Parts: sequence; C-alpha cells; structure tokens
Amino acid sequence: MSRPSAAGLPEEYLRIGTSSFSDFAAQVAPNVLPGARHVSAGVADLAPHGTTIVAATFPGGVVVAGDRRATMGNMIAQRDIEKVFPADEFSVVGIAGAAGIAVEMVGLFQVELEHYEKIEGAPLSLVGKANRLATMIRGNLGLALQGLVVVPLFAGWDVATEEGRIFSYDATGGRYEEHAFFAVGSGSVFARGSLKKLYRPDLDAASVTMALLQALYDAADDDSATGGPDLARRIFPVVLVATADGVQRVTDSQIADMVDVMVAGRRQRPDGPAAPLT
Amino acid sequence: MSTPFYVAPEQQMKDRADFARKGIARGRSVVVLHYADGILFVAENRSQALHKVSEIYDRIGFAAVGRYNEFENLRTAGIRYADLRGYSYDRTDVTGRGLANAYAQLLGTIFSSGGEKPYEVEIIVAELGPTDSQDQIYRLTYDGSVGDENGFAVMGGQADVITEVVRRGFRPDFGLAEAARLAVDALASDGGPTAPRREIGVEALEVAILDRARALPRKFRRLRAERLTELLSSGTEPVDEGHEAVPALPPQSVPETTLPTASGPAGSGAADASAPPAS
Repeated sequence: MSRPSAAGLPEEYLRIGTSSFSDFAAQVAPNVLPGARHVSAGVADLAPHGTTIVAATFPGGVVVAGDRRATMGNMIAQRDIEKVFPADEFSVVGIAGAAGIAVEMVGLFQVELEHYEKIEGAPLSLVGKANRLATMIRGNLGLALQGLVVVPLFAGWDVATEEGRIFSYDATGGRYEEHAFFAVGSGSVFARGSLKKLYRPDLDAASVTMALLQALYDAADDDSATGGPDLARRIFPVVLVATADGVQRVTDSQIADMVDVMVAGRRQRPDGPAAPLT
Repeated sequence: MSTPFYVAPEQQMKDRADFARKGIARGRSVVVLHYADGILFVAENRSQALHKVSEIYDRIGFAAVGRYNEFENLRTAGIRYADLRGYSYDRTDVTGRGLANAYAQLLGTIFSSGGEKPYEVEIIVAELGPTDSQDQIYRLTYDGSVGDENGFAVMGGQADVITEVVRRGFRPDFGLAEAARLAVDALASDGGPTAPRREIGVEALEVAILDRARALPRKFRRLRAERLTELLSSGTEPVDEGHEAVPALPPQSVPETTLPTASGPAGSGAADASAPPAS
C-alpha cells in the first residue's frame, strides 16, 4: 500500500536515494533552481557581468583573489561586488560571467556541499566538489548559449593530498585541473601574462597574494571591465586563502597596506615589477 | 455466516501504540538538555558511524530513538526540508517549529492510516534561540503528538527512570560540564534508584551540542571521545576546533587572517618581485 500523502513532508522527502540537494530540488521544486528557466537571445545585455578572478597555489595552500567590478555593456553596474566566496570549510569559488546566474549558482553550490555533508556525515572530497560544480555548469549550458555564460574558478585545500589545488571550467561543464596559477574572466589574459612573470612556486602566502594583486592591477590596466584598486573609496580586491586551517579571508587592512605598497611601486615603474631577462 | 474480523477503533489504536512503544523501549536512551550556552545531546550509542544525534540546520539539532532505518529516513527528510526552505527563502526562515510540525503531520498520518505499521520512533527537534530563554525542545512521539519540553527531554529505553534522575538534578543555569555529568549520570542510573549505577565509557556515548557561543552560523558540533573525557573529568570546556567557512553570500562573516610575512611589513618582500624570495 502506498504511503498516504502527508501535509508536512511529501513522499519525495522520504524517498531513499540521492544525497544531492540539486537532484532533490529538481524533483520537488524545479522552479527554484537556476537553469530551469527559458530566456531569449539578447537578455545577456540586461545582466551585469563580473570580471577577473585569479588564483595561485603556495606550499601551504591556495590563494584566490577577485576584483570588485561588475559591468553592464559599457557601464559599471557595481563597483564593490564580491565575486569570491567560501564554498565550504576548505574550498573557495570565484565567479566570472553573468553575475545574477553566477551568484545563484554559488548559493546552490554551497547548499549542495553542506547538504551532502549533513546527510552523509562526511564532506565530499575536493575533486568530488569540483565535479559537482562541473555538473551544475553543464546544466547552465542552455543559458550560456543565450549569452549568460558563467565561468567559475574553483580552488581549495585537499585534505587527502595536503596541497592547494585549482580547477577551471568551460561553459559546457568541462573541468580541468590547473597547476600553480590560473585566471578567469575578461581580464584573465593579462592577469595570466602577469602571473607568468611574477609567480614562483616557492613564494609564501603573503608573496603569492602580492603577485595576485599585481596581476589584477595589470588586468585592470588593459581591460576596461576589470576594476583596479579604488584608492579614493578604499575598495580593494577580495582575497580568500584556503589552507589546512580552512578558508579565511585576508583582512581588508592588510590588503590595503599591500595595495599601497604596490601602487607606490607603480608610481616609480607604471608597468609593475620587472622580471629578469634570463 | 462467519462474522468479519471486527476490531474496535479504540482497540486498533491501542494495539498500534503498544506495538510502537515496545519497539522504542527496546533501545538505549537519549537525553537532551538545555544548558546556559546552548543545548546538549547525549545518547548511549556504541556505534561511531550510525548516529542517533545529527545536525539539521544552522540552529536545529535532531535526536532519535527506535528503529534506525525509520528515524534515519526522518532525519534525511528533515535535512531536505530545511535546506530547500533555506535555499528558496532565507537561512533565517528555517525554524524548529516548522520542522516539528512537518514531522508531526507525517508521523500522525502514518500512525492513523490503516495500512502501514506505525513508525517505532521517538524524536526530538531542538532549536537554539537567540537568547537563553528562547531555546526550544520539541519531542515527537510515534503517533505524531508534539510536546514542547521545558529544559530537558528523555526518550527511549527506561525513559521514566532516567527522567526522574534528570528532573532532580536539573538546573537551567548549568554550564556544559555540569549538564554533561548530569546526563551521563542519568543514563547510567537506568536500573532504577535501588540498582547500582552502570559504568558507561566515553566510547559508548554520542555527544553533540548546539553552541550559542560559536561564531559561525552552523552551531552544531560533535564532542569526540577525548574532548568528552576532558569535559567529564576536569570540567574544562572544549575549545571550538571547528573552522568551517560560512556558506553564505555577502554579507558574510568569514574568519579573517593576517598572513605571516617573511620580512618586515605586509608584502614588502614581494613588492619587488625580481628580488630573490625571502623564505
């Protein structure tokens, strides 16, 4: 005999099976999920876009930094947007692309990881988390084809292998592990070029952070959609660091001090620190 | 002509209730206790993997006795209910009262439907309030009735005997150590006032707290064996080793850090990146 439908918890809630929140939500309330809606071409012009995210590993973990600008066409939609979030205890997700969809996706990803952890009693592995995010991006392909592309960058401390790791994605949900450093978003080309010259695997957390700030500065220098440090309003990049101690946010005051040092250096040499020729 | 089996509704309900009660009384007990800075869950449970106590949401904990597969099913349903609600609305819109109502509807429907056997479970939904006086402990029985318990609740096994011990010793302003000692003492005295006290080792206890003092939004944490030993013997309250980041969109309260720098003020070593690394 089938279970009578209960007012509080319908039958789907009691069905054994998935530990995934988005799979469950797709059964009982598909309307709350991103990707379930249909949009027509051209809607992309209505949505603000987030820009550059950079990440780099160091011996004790990984640092992720993002600029603070969102653009809508040639306009600046927001100058203090935050695009780097902790996904859970040991991982960080940064987002570039259509800001509305991206923020929604990060919210869903956070619930997804917490949900799994509560139901299973243990967290997902770092690669498991990265794969889960890939599935969610794949679900967004329909919207991506309409111009609402979301390109995240996922990084975290791998508790099993005891190292910081970085994963990048494409719009179709392809997942690629990156080594040493990576950047996504409109200014990523310039940021990556900058990091190529500045990054060394033996840098410590503070030095890697400085390299990332330099890379964001270089991105903002050549890409109009990436925001440089706003010295008048004191709006500086968001920097999260994932280590064996979990995810922590570097204090605004420390970032402000580092930016001041960097900008002072740029006054002497506007193109930033020079790498040796050989 | 043979008379069809007629069972009076009163008898039918009573039989179902007796059946459920017997199942619940077979297991070991769980004590849920309010203390000054939160809510304490103590279960006698020899398994380290199969939990009787669990986290449902930021400020909501769950404890159960009875058949494992049935209360595990309820626990999963509760997490799904809370996560879906928190995702569709806001994290602050998930309440213990809402969850207790949903459970009550479900258990009540199953109990009074003729076809299925009733769930042999008893559960507690505890919610940490913003202040000491707003903590809520809801106790739900197999037939869907809900009780709003004041200060503490005991279920499973010899619940009556254990309740009596807790009632005698309970004070709402207990610290964590005092509350834990009372709960363990009560679980050990389940033979009745005349019987000698049993010895229950920390390895046979499952202990968790909803900790109001915790800075992070997820207030639930488990106390493992070594911390529990420390707590019960010396009364030193365990420090919060949890450091999970806040799964929240801005404004968020991620723990902050100042990075150690190898030389002088922050980042000065790397400002001139052509210099050799200081470390």
